Amino acid sequence: MVDVRSGIGEAVPPAEVEDVELYHPHSWWTRYVFSQDAKVIAIQYATTAIAIGMVALVLSWLMRLQLGFPGTFDFIDADRYYQFITMHGMIMVIYLLTALFLGGFGNYLIPLMVGARDMVFPYANMLSYWIYLIAVLVLVASFFAPGGPTGAGWTLYPPQAILSNTPGGKDWGIILMLSSLIIFIIGFTMGGLNYVVTVLQGRARGMTLMRMPLTVWGIVTATVMALLAFPALFVACVMMLFDRLLGTSFFMPAISEMGEQLQYGGGSPILFQHLFWFFGHPEVYIVALPAFGIVSDLISTHARKNIFGYRMMVWAIVIIGALSMVVWAHHMYVSGMNPYFGFFFATTTLIIAVPTAIKVYNWVLTLWRGDIHLTLPMLFALAFIVTFVNGGLTGLFLGNVVVDVPLSDTMFVVAHFHMVMGVAPILVIFGAIYHWYPKITGRMLNEALGQVHFWTTFLGSYAIFFPMHYVGLVGVPRRYYELGETAFVPESVHSLNAFISVAALVVGAAQIVFLFNLVWSLRHGRDAGGNPWRATTLEWQTPETPPPHGNWGKELPVVYRWAYDYSVPGAPEDFIPQNQPGPGRVTHEAVS
Amino acid sequence: MSAPLKPSSLETLSRPSGLAGLAADWASDQRAFKNVSWGKAMMWIFLLSDTFIFGCFLIAYMSARMATTVPWPNPSEVFALEIGGVQVPLILIAIMTFVLISSSGTMAMAVNYGYRRDRRKTAALMLLTALFGATFVGMQAFEWSKLIAEGVRPWGNPWGAAQFGSTFFMITGFHGTHVTIGVIFLLIIARKVWRGDFDTERRGFFTSRKGHYEIVEITGLYWHFVDLVWVFIFAFFYLW
Repeated sequence: MVDVRSGIGEAVPPAEVEDVELYHPHSWWTRYVFSQDAKVIAIQYATTAIAIGMVALVLSWLMRLQLGFPGTFDFIDADRYYQFITMHGMIMVIYLLTALFLGGFGNYLIPLMVGARDMVFPYANMLSYWIYLIAVLVLVASFFAPGGPTGAGWTLYPPQAILSNTPGGKDWGIILMLSSLIIFIIGFTMGGLNYVVTVLQGRARGMTLMRMPLTVWGIVTATVMALLAFPALFVACVMMLFDRLLGTSFFMPAISEMGEQLQYGGGSPILFQHLFWFFGHPEVYIVALPAFGIVSDLISTHARKNIFGYRMMVWAIVIIGALSMVVWAHHMYVSGMNPYFGFFFATTTLIIAVPTAIKVYNWVLTLWRGDIHLTLPMLFALAFIVTFVNGGLTGLFLGNVVVDVPLSDTMFVVAHFHMVMGVAPILVIFGAIYHWYPKITGRMLNEALGQVHFWTTFLGSYAIFFPMHYVGLVGVPRRYYELGETAFVPESVHSLNAFISVAALVVGAAQIVFLFNLVWSLRHGRDAGGNPWRATTLEWQTPETPPPHGNWGKELPVVYRWAYDYSVPGAPEDFIPQNQPGPGRVTHEAVS
Repeated sequence: MSAPLKPSSLETLSRPSGLAGLAADWASDQRAFKNVSWGKAMMWIFLLSDTFIFGCFLIAYMSARMATTVPWPNPSEVFALEIGGVQVPLILIAIMTFVLISSSGTMAMAVNYGYRRDRRKTAALMLLTALFGATFVGMQAFEWSKLIAEGVRPWGNPWGAAQFGSTFFMITGFHGTHVTIGVIFLLIIARKVWRGDFDTERRGFFTSRKGHYEIVEITGLYWHFVDLVWVFIFAFFYLW
């Protein structure tokens, strides 16, 4: 396509930026707690995110107990149920997935993969984590506040979010929720700016953008999107906070409650929906793009084959990122907006299927005739492809206005987005942890426990979400505390619900196996060595494992090839690290 | 803040110009924006993000103003000052805008003197900029108290749509906060310049990194941005 260069014997340009001086910590506190090292910050982010994620897991158990066995558990009343739903959704989407992918994997992998010593501004990076922690604590505080957390649903739609009949609406719940989101966004911005600038301006010699591993492409594109989409959520939160605290009417129409006319009037609830989904839809891809990137690297490494169509993979990531900023109103087909909007947004939504399909085909073509090792990361990656295709196909149903309208607000929607942005990215997270844990700790995770974890999680999540599509198709609405005696809901739905709940309990329990494995392998895991997967990317080429502060010792790495030189004919080994000079082989540069 | 740049290498000098140069830069290693330091790149990207925040605020305001069924208060009357018994429309805001635009001028001069390593003039001009900024915030406080005295509240006002007060206080307040933060930063950096931190390569208190005169320009980027946003707020609130 562009120029045909062999990349062999080509001189690497000289360094443009002097090697950075890092802050060298003097005490235990500055080394492990208030650390400016991106790797420590990554582990802090990940630990906090997983901890708060466990809360969300327990909440989902409680919800399923209620749905599967209504009336059995006295302590779950309707208010509690809505609080569980809200907090489960918010925690999973923002405080777990966003924080873990960008704050966790982003911090750990970006500097290592692009050959930098650290993020460009380690101090701001450290602040980012501590502000995130404050956001999490504020969120957790709402569980203990009078009235409990908000029960407005994770979308927090006004006017109901701040009315007295919604749990937390007139208490602390909604205030703490909105404050926590605002704090989160401030903290994220500090980290996000770091990730983007590190990738754009802080790469090693020889590391061109088109030689970066797709993981970095996915994370950095998602970060750019987050920097542009979170502002809308920030603004929406500030405005709703004012509606609640100052009595402004940004989102509040004239409304009466319990027969009493409220002071509000003239505001637009739809405006909130637009602001929320201008954030909310890119958010789906903020979670999905890092998963896309990571899974590409997992597949390539464990199939010992270069990723198929690297350039197209990069452009697909960028195009998906751009398109996802202009599809938000497909969440609002039933909101009463102008039908012509629906036409526009359905079109843009369905166009996204094209780059997404390119990615799926390329993953499959990478596997084709590859030397597939069914390691744990590979299993999770394969499970991701299947799950993502499933979830993506139901997305085509929901993206079309006429099909969406009857399906809107049914369990079908719940099943769809749990498949596509719940299960699929989480499978990648697991795969990524199994893949990079050896680099982070120097030890392998236990294989047997991992197999138990994988099969229970993978098959179990299908047991949960596959039947849920059918429940939705017969018209069972979502967010109902109990179905009661409803004519259109057949008896089978109730038994299916009980089945789903049992499956959910089992899958949840399997995560405990995973957590145990994480802790157990820290001491007892098999010694990993520096590069157990025989991978090409830079993070596996560090002089020490786990990499010390500053990553590379005295000399920064120099990059001579792309990230996917696997099974190169004529090479002595079936992988050539990115920093290995000399008679490399044909890379994508020559092929294109 | 960021690592100092090495003198441009031969490779950098021989870059093609125009569109081809852009493509060459993005296809190259190490840096996509050649000769842009980390700090400056970070500020530009932050400002892009901040643009989206102000954009959302202003679009929300426009949407509220167009959707409301109650008449919108007339800005020419609301923002008029009575001087010598005559109602002068927009006089205060004209002065405020003038002050803020002037501060951008002094800021630009400070950047210039900063790169000449003229400590005193740089610090003095930054202080002058901060003074203009503080004046702006002071006049904004005056405007707010005048409106509040006349009965404008976030939840209502005597003349029409309640959203007038809500959006006005929210958006000008958010902008005023930006100006205030800018003033604080200007004072901090001016002190460092005055003390000669960037000549002696004294390390930052928090970051323990060496500072450079470039930080003056980075502060300036932020300051000009806040100034530019004001032009939009001015147009949409006072002239619409």
